[in-house]
Amino acid sequence: MTRRQKRLSVIAAGLAFLGAATGLTFYALGQKASYFYMPADLTTASVQPGQRIRLGGLVEKGTIQRRQGATVAFSVTDTQKSVKVMYTGILPDLFREEQGVITEGTFGPDGVFVADSVLAKHDENYMPKEVADGLKAKGVWQESKSE
Amino acid sequence: MVEAGHFALVLAFALALVQTLVPLVGARTGNSRMMAVGGPVAVTGFALTVLSFATLATAYASSDFSVANVWENSHSLQPLIYKITGTWGNHEGSMLLWVLILTFFGALVAVFGGNLPATLRANVLAVQGAIGATFFLFILTTSNPFIRMNPAPIEGRDLNPILQDLGLAIHPPLLYLGYVGFSICFSFSVAALIEGRIDASWARWVRPWTLVAWMFLTGGIAMGSYWAYYELGWGGFWFWDPVENASFMPWLAGTALLHSAIVMEKRSALKIWTLLLAILTFSLSLLGTFLVRSGVLTSVHAFATDPTRGVFILCMLTLFIGGSLALFALRASRLTAGGLFHPISREGALILNNLFLTTATATVLIGTLYPLAVEALTADKISVGAPFFNLTFGPLMVPLLVVVPFGPLLAWKRGDLFAVAQRLMAAFAAALLAVLVTALFIDGTSAFAALGVGLAFWLICGALTDLAVKSGFGTVAPDVMLRRLVGLPRSVFGTALAHFGLGLTTLGIVGTLCFGTEKILSMRAGETVELSGQTLRFEGLYPSQGPNYSEDRGRFALLGADGSTTSEITSAKRFYPVRQMTTTESGIKTIGFSQLYLSLGDQATDGSVVVRVWWKPLVTLIWGGGLVMMAGAAMSLMDRRLRVGAPSRRRKPTGAVPSASLP
Repeated sequence: MTRRQKRLSVIAAGLAFLGAATGLTFYALGQKASYFYMPADLTTASVQPGQRIRLGGLVEKGTIQRRQGATVAFSVTDTQKSVKVMYTGILPDLFREEQGVITEGTFGPDGVFVADSVLAKHDENYMPKEVADGLKAKGVWQESKSE
Repeated sequence: MVEAGHFALVLAFALALVQTLVPLVGARTGNSRMMAVGGPVAVTGFALTVLSFATLATAYASSDFSVANVWENSHSLQPLIYKITGTWGNHEGSMLLWVLILTFFGALVAVFGGNLPATLRANVLAVQGAIGATFFLFILTTSNPFIRMNPAPIEGRDLNPILQDLGLAIHPPLLYLGYVGFSICFSFSVAALIEGRIDASWARWVRPWTLVAWMFLTGGIAMGSYWAYYELGWGGFWFWDPVENASFMPWLAGTALLHSAIVMEKRSALKIWTLLLAILTFSLSLLGTFLVRSGVLTSVHAFATDPTRGVFILCMLTLFIGGSLALFALRASRLTAGGLFHPISREGALILNNLFLTTATATVLIGTLYPLAVEALTADKISVGAPFFNLTFGPLMVPLLVVVPFGPLLAWKRGDLFAVAQRLMAAFAAALLAVLVTALFIDGTSAFAALGVGLAFWLICGALTDLAVKSGFGTVAPDVMLRRLVGLPRSVFGTALAHFGLGLTTLGIVGTLCFGTEKILSMRAGETVELSGQTLRFEGLYPSQGPNYSEDRGRFALLGADGSTTSEITSAKRFYPVRQMTTTESGIKTIGFSQLYLSLGDQATDGSVVVRVWWKPLVTLIWGGGLVMMAGAAMSLMDRRLRVGAPSRRRKPTGAVPSASLP
């Protein structure tokens, strides 16, 4: 190979590498990014059972039930619709009724949302940003409530 | 008292403006007296910032609640250590710590930069001053920690309980030393662009600064990871949280910079690329500051959200990143390219390293910013988490780790891949053995686990091979070899140590992810649970009182083979009344390199408690590897070359020659 061909092949290899990395990145963004929904959004959005999403809202009052072991059932609501959620594990310290939470998981075939993680963040008047925005959009959240 | 601090901060801002303008004009016009202004001003600015920071820290230590910032983030019952660390456990104070470190590095250049060419030194200090001035302005206009309240409240609102931990004393200062340390590399690069040339002293200066910044950033990230691991009670060491990514991106880019700076120093090649990397690394540090401080991301780190701050930081980002890149575009073509080399050579290996690391940085950047972009454009809210990064970052890292042991063994200019492969046969055999042992005796079900362990051993043994080959192991008599080993340059040890540490971290990650086990169960006092050969008995919940919290301590006994208690582990639910907040204190028992990790959940009405137990094999190696990498950087810094090889003070007076290569 001449010097020129050599240099070109090195550059071509570099570009192929970058192309592959770019392709992989965009493939992964399409596949692995999980969308955030509030319960009322689910009527319009088509979420397949097994598709990973994040579901946010308020923990509905009076719906927290402890099952056997460490399994908990509760409902997440945006005051218009509510969705039943099952979770096995330790709930966050700030998990309580009418607290904003984000759960991540998939819908089972029976329409119950099976969460593998539940987030309720660390501040007493903290509302996850997505949940606060969503509630504001639905007109059920006043800015003053968050201080 | 704090008024003095406030006043000092305003003075420091004014001095930073002087530090920006006077040396810059001096360097431009060749006025050596104007250039000489930079040094003393930088040192004085640092002293004033120290004074400013000290008054705030004093206000915190003495619980002066007439200062709004102290009132918001402190409480008289807090232990003294948390009162002091609370100084930077909030937005305003942490920004003050940021500029404190920035001016500290500026002062270091002023004090130790006596042997730099005068114009370079003046320009570096000017750029450093410009960064400082912007941050001072930011603090004074949007985040002033010195505002008084009248009347003064009797009691403070307490520091966020999550932050009431020793981690706050270590993690932010280390991280900022890293973040801000890269500002020096940035200033040197911009100064070189302003001058339109890169000389030998530029290369010799940038490498140690990169090493220092990288060392602290490594420590800061490792410490932050360990803190999150034990404090949050989730048992994870890395969450791909945007805030973590914000610190990880400068680390990846900084690691690339560290390696390209070697090529530049030794072979004076890759100059332009190194310069660009230095700019990008600090730009990513600034971007990290923006992401964390502007409130666009919600996390533990976003202490407060205020849109004016976000806009200010965004303008600052545009100014520095845009400005430096524009300067780069204009001037880079003037810089001379370096020596030629064959693709298979030490230079080639380091370029490969850079290619992988910068691509990895880009994937992390895309994953971190994509949700923000999507939300801005379509109002859809998405999250990009671990699954994305596992799919993109993982495939980029694995090949890079595979080639790591080859790099240091390849010769400069033109290497012999076959000869290097032969030398690495022993390391390869060790890695293969590790794969077989793992697959046959520990876990035959997961090929990924076995190969992961093999990869870790490949890195560890590869690092040892590097030392063995360079000291002539097997070719010379043992005593000669020992003498050669001791006589090797410190930077060779530094490289080997850092790569060894990388192997340890890999082993820790593979061990924890592939062989870790966990159980979630509901326990009553007296019940036992068995996990990976460890038996735990729950002894019950015991209420207890701390200085500013009350807690329920769940006591667990680790049982030996005969059923007797060998040690006790405590996990607690703490309640901080001031903030009405509950936190979980995890219980951790270190056994060898592994850990048994306990986290207490809610108490049910029947008296049973939800308990989550993890067995985390080799988990401590994750952070231990980070410490070894830090030690490697420290070892490299001690290299004689970096001290003796620097241009001597008795040089010819180059100061009077202003930017000669500019038209």
